[in-house]
This record gives sequence, C-alpha cells and structure tokens, in this order.
Amino acid sequence: MPNQPSVRARGITKCFGEVIALDGVDLDVAAGQIHGVVGPNGAGKTTLFGLLLGLAVADGGTLEVLGRPVRRSLAAPDGVTGFVDGPGLYPALTARGNLAALAGLRGRGGRTTDIDEILAQVGLTDVADDKVRGFSLGMRQRLGLAAALLTRPRLLVLDEPANGLDPAGKKHVHGVLTQLAADGATVVLSSHRMDDLEELCSEVTILATGRVVFSGPLGKLAEETGELDYRLLTSDVGAARRVAAGTDGIQVVGDAATAVHHEVLVIRARTAALDELVPRLVHERIAVRELTPVVSALESAFLALTEQEPSR
Amino acid sequence: MTTGTVPAPTAPADEAPAALRIPVVRGYRFELVKLLAQWRIRVLIALCWIGPAVTVVVVSGQQTLPSDTLFGREMHATGWAGALVVLVFAGSWFFPLLTSIVAGDVFSSEDRLGTWRHLLVAVRSTARIFAAKALASLTVLLLCLPGLAISGIVGGLIVGSRPLTGLDGHVFSPGGVFTRLLLAWVCVLAPILAFAAIGLLASVIFGRSPIGLLLPAFGGLGMQLASQVLPMPVAVRLALPSFAFLSWNGLFTSPPMLGPLITGVAVSLAWAVTATALAYVLFRRRDFTNLANDGSGRRAITFGILPLLGVWALSAGVVGAATGATGSGIDAGKLQQSLATSFAHIYPVQAAEVNHLRVTAAQLRSTASCVKGGGLEVQNGPGNDWRCTVTWHLPGVNDGAIGQAIYQLDVNANGRYVADGDGPAEVNGYYVVHASYGDAPNPLWQFDGLVDLLSATSKG
Repeated sequence: MPNQPSVRARGITKCFGEVIALDGVDLDVAAGQIHGVVGPNGAGKTTLFGLLLGLAVADGGTLEVLGRPVRRSLAAPDGVTGFVDGPGLYPALTARGNLAALAGLRGRGGRTTDIDEILAQVGLTDVADDKVRGFSLGMRQRLGLAAALLTRPRLLVLDEPANGLDPAGKKHVHGVLTQLAADGATVVLSSHRMDDLEELCSEVTILATGRVVFSGPLGKLAEETGELDYRLLTSDVGAARRVAAGTDGIQVVGDAATAVHHEVLVIRARTAALDELVPRLVHERIAVRELTPVVSALESAFLALTEQEPSR
Repeated sequence: MTTGTVPAPTAPADEAPAALRIPVVRGYRFELVKLLAQWRIRVLIALCWIGPAVTVVVVSGQQTLPSDTLFGREMHATGWAGALVVLVFAGSWFFPLLTSIVAGDVFSSEDRLGTWRHLLVAVRSTARIFAAKALASLTVLLLCLPGLAISGIVGGLIVGSRPLTGLDGHVFSPGGVFTRLLLAWVCVLAPILAFAAIGLLASVIFGRSPIGLLLPAFGGLGMQLASQVLPMPVAVRLALPSFAFLSWNGLFTSPPMLGPLITGVAVSLAWAVTATALAYVLFRRRDFTNLANDGSGRRAITFGILPLLGVWALSAGVVGAATGATGSGIDAGKLQQSLATSFAHIYPVQAAEVNHLRVTAAQLRSTASCVKGGGLEVQNGPGNDWRCTVTWHLPGVNDGAIGQAIYQLDVNANGRYVADGDGPAEVNGYYVVHASYGDAPNPLWQFDGLVDLLSATSKG
C-alpha cells in the first residue's frame, strides 16, 4: 500500500457569509481505505465533500488530494469523482443512456461491454434500458455509483450513498466499494446509517458544527467510548443477572420488565469487564446465546460526541 | 457480496495527474444528447418539419383565408404566399416560443434536476459548460429552422408555384419569391439568436424558477404589444429585436426596402451578443457550493435586466442618429407614395383580366391623397382611420380621362398597411371582377402595402 495519503487536510475552514461551515478541519485518509464521515445535519459533511471534489476552495488551511494541492475550485486532480446531494442523473435518459452519455463526456467512449459490466456490478442489468425517471431512490443511488465507476476512480467521494437502498441494493453497493478499496482506490463516504459504516469503514471521522470531534480507526473509537449497553441472552436469566451483578465493572440496567424478551438482560460495561463476565457465566454452566451492543460503538460515540457540542 | 470485478484504478496512488478539463466538443455532444432525449424537444423538431407543410396545404384549401396575416389573402393565388405566411406567423408567435423551450431551460433544468455539482465534477470548467450548452441550444434551433422553411416551401409547392404580388404591387416570379424567401429566413436568424440569448440569460438568472422558461416567449409578446400599442418613436421600435422578425417584408418590394432590414439585423445581433455575454458572466460568477442559492435574486436580475434596457436605449440612440428617423416613421406623404405605386402595379393586372387592356404603371401616372381622421388629427402615425383617394389617367380608353378610387387604410406601426377598396365598384369596391372566363378575385379590392419607416418623409 503506498504511503501517500489520498486526502490530507490541515486547518480547513470554509464560511458561507456569517455561517462557519468548516472550522479548522484536519483529515487524513490513506490510500485503499474506506473512510466514513458522520455528523448531524449541518455538521459540514457536504461542504467537506464539495472541497474534496473540487467544487469549492477552502477559505483557509491546506488541502491535498491524491498528492496534489487543491488551491482553486474545479481543480481536483484527475481520478477524483463522486457525488454530493444525490447522484445527478438525467431522467429522460435510460440507465444505459445516462452511463453512455457520461462515458462519452469523459472520453471513455462508452463501450457497451464496460457499461454492461458496471450495470451488473450495481445490480441494474434488468432495468438498463428503462428511463431513470421511473427509478426508486435506491436505484438512482446505485446508478450514481455506476456513473462514478465509469471514471475508474482513485478517490471516490460519496455523500449518503446508502439512502433508499433495500437489502439487495445495499449488498451490491457494499460489494462494489469493498472491491474498489481492495484494488487500491480510496472511498470517502457519509451516512446516517451507523451499521453501514461499521460494516464498511476502517476509519471514521465525526464532525460536529464544522469541527472534527473524532478521527481514527473504529477500534480506537470503541476504546474511547467507554461503557456501552449490551443485550445479554442466556439460558437462565435469573442466574445470569446474579452473576452479572457480582462481576466488577458490570451494571445491570435492564431486566425482564424492560426488555422486549423476558430472557434478555441489558447490562452496561466496558469491553474488559465483558471479558471477565463471559467465562464466569460459562463456569456457572449458563449458556450465552447472544451478547451484542444495544447501540453500536459508533452510534454511541456519535451521540455522545455530537450532543456535547454546543450548537452555534 | 458481489463477485464481479470493479474496474481497477489506472495509476498508483502517487501524485495524480492534474485536473483534466473536458473538451467543449464532448460537452457539446453530452448536452445535445440530453436535449434530444426530452420529449418536448423531439415533438418540437417534428412539428417544425411537418407542421408548416400540412398547415399551408390545409389552409390553402379553405374558403376563408387568413387575410389579417401578411400574404394570407394570396394563399389561393399562389403556394408561395403560404410559405410566407409560415414565416410571418413564426415571427409573430412561434420563434419566441421556440427559443423559450430550447434555450430558456438549458441551464435551469440542471437546477431542477440537482445535477450541477455532478456536471461540474465531470467537466471542471464553467466556461466550457456554458459554451457546450449554448452550442447545443443553437444546434437544436438550427434543426428546427430549416424544417420550418423547407416544410413551408414544400406545402407551397404542393398548392402551386405561381407568381406572387409583392407589397408594392410588383409581381414576383416564383424564382424571385424563392430567392427572397430564403434571404428572409436567413435574416430572421438574427432575432432568433437574440431571443435565444435572452433565453440563456433568463435560464441562468432565474435558476429553477419557471420564469426563465417563459421569459423569451412573454418578452417577445410584450415587445410586439409594446411596439403595436405604445406610441413609440420609430428608432425605439426598431431597437427591439422583435422588429427584425418582420423587417424582411421590405424584400418583397421592388426595389427592396433594405434600411429597416439591415437595422433590424444589426440591432438583433447587438442584443444577442450582449445577452450572451451577460449570461456568461453571471454563470461564471455563480456559487455552486451553496445549494440554497440557485443564482436568482435581486443582484442577478439587476445585472441581467438593466444592461439589456441599456442596449435598447443605446440602439435607439444609434438608429435615431444614423437614420435621422423621427416620430412614428409613418406620414401622409409616405402612404400616398406607397399606395399610388401599389395601385399602379396592380391596376394593369385587373385591366388585363377585365378589359384585355395592356397598360403600364408609368402610363397610369397614378397619385394618391391621404387624410387621417377626416383631417382633424395629426397627419402621421399608424391607425385604421386613414382614407385615401387614388387618381390615375386612363390611357387608350378616353384620352385624358381621369379615374378615381377610394381606399381605407389600416396602417400598422411596423409600416405594413391593408388597403381596403371603397369604390367605385367596378374598380375596387367589390371582391370579384367579371373577367372573360368568369368571375375572378379583384386584385384591387384589398391588398397589402408597406411604407419604409426609415426613408425621408416624402411630400407625395
């Protein structure tokens, strides 16, 4: 894997009149990485993505994309593509027509085989000759991704690519992005679906009111998050409650009355305490059938970090 | 997880090649594909290629002709009149609508579809996007215009290729009409470019609002109404691009009235250049990072509309200074000269049909005397209250005898008038004459005429 980061931002600021959209943002995204950007509405994600795509230039700070400084608008290096605020399709054209027109625009020639292959990648072969005006949001998102793939991107910037995707669509999109990263391309994406990001991303950046409140690997985030709530499903809920209550670092916060299923306990703990609890349950011959976070580490961190930020 | 192969990146993740801007020709093809994919554009092109021929054939077959339209009353006499009616109708109504549909939506459609950022990421140059869109719009217009012209001519040829009486009574051969008709179509390109540029400007200024789409159509209508209804000086009227849609009328006199035609073309080109430049500047200055701002607003309107008003004022000043034209450009002297000339050209046609007399315009030595509003009003300007008496000599019938005929004139602000015969019945008071082969349309009963708005006032 090359050492050169695909994105290197230092102290990026961007204002729209009186509104500070980005405030001293630092960001490093390594090549071949799928990097998630999360934040509440208005946190500055779309503005940041606009800068990465070269749609605007930062008011302050430095930005390097694929090793090249970006100092003016519409000057992102070749190999950078993606979409913000929807995939940007033309409803009067078919799916294939949209891709062929884009391929012609970008000088790829729009070879039928390439287009067919990419349509298959995103699972749109069956509707390739249908007008886009009849497409659902999820189908449009997939076609937008297909349009981005036409350029053989080295940095793919996707704003909310999971919007409107059904499970099959999600599977296609995840597969394409994972393969793309495996081939060395970098993907920067935003989503409000934490499960998607946890499944796809090796690193995340959390933005709140234009500032970075966390940036790094998901594992580090889990370490910094502290205690999480977990669902604990066992063969004997009473015995399990007793064992959990007697384990250091474990707090039983839910019981049969609050849980959806009477067999489920809700406990609050750090990861280290769980490592102690599970062997003790086994030792007591209590079968552990499920132990999962009620709220994911990312979501928990997101809520904790963004709610602490004073609104401006 | 999909098992397919995603296209691999083309280069290692070292320093990437600099931003590659898309050539204008590729952007142009892209814009053309998008335009031609729209059903309304395809319908429009089909309509332009089929509509005029069908209309000319159908209308020419009707008992009642569109005599209010220039050359409309001649549609039974020759198919060329139908081809000209197509041009007249298009100039009055269709060209502004055409430019609205094609050019008035070319930028705002990206706002409605939310595709600007996508397009900018792909092309990486606002200047090239502008050029591609402008050229694509122009191409669609150029696909429509030959269709209108050729279709109208084909319809006319189906009806019948016969000589046409021009706007000074001069009879033009089919070949002469064809040449002038082609020249007229070339001339109307200038105002079409002006309205297309206004459409581009409106599309840039108003963003996703439908006002941009409507502005050229309503602007054209407004200009026509203003120049018809408001008592504007001729220089101000000629400084509007809409005037050039009709200034080709001067080609159908002998000699042709080229002053208004050249002025109209020049003014239209000035409007086209200015509106295109304004659209370009405003588009390049637009901030595409702020979704809430689609470029519309008071500042854009100020910078878009006021300069066009400036072009209008400047053009009016230049036209006024260059031609010395003042007032409405229509006065009794010009009408008298025009009517006498037309009568002198048409009378021999009637005389040949009814009495088998061969007389020439020169032998008639016709004159006219015109009065507006019974002599109680100012004797100039448009209106339907002009009353004229034509006097002519009757060679060979009774040496030295003088004939007189009355005409009511309905004079339009653009210089065109309809002369309506008011007697005597055997000359111009009845719509048919008794020819040797039976009843025939009376060419002196009603005819169209034209005064040169820019010529010096004639005392008749």
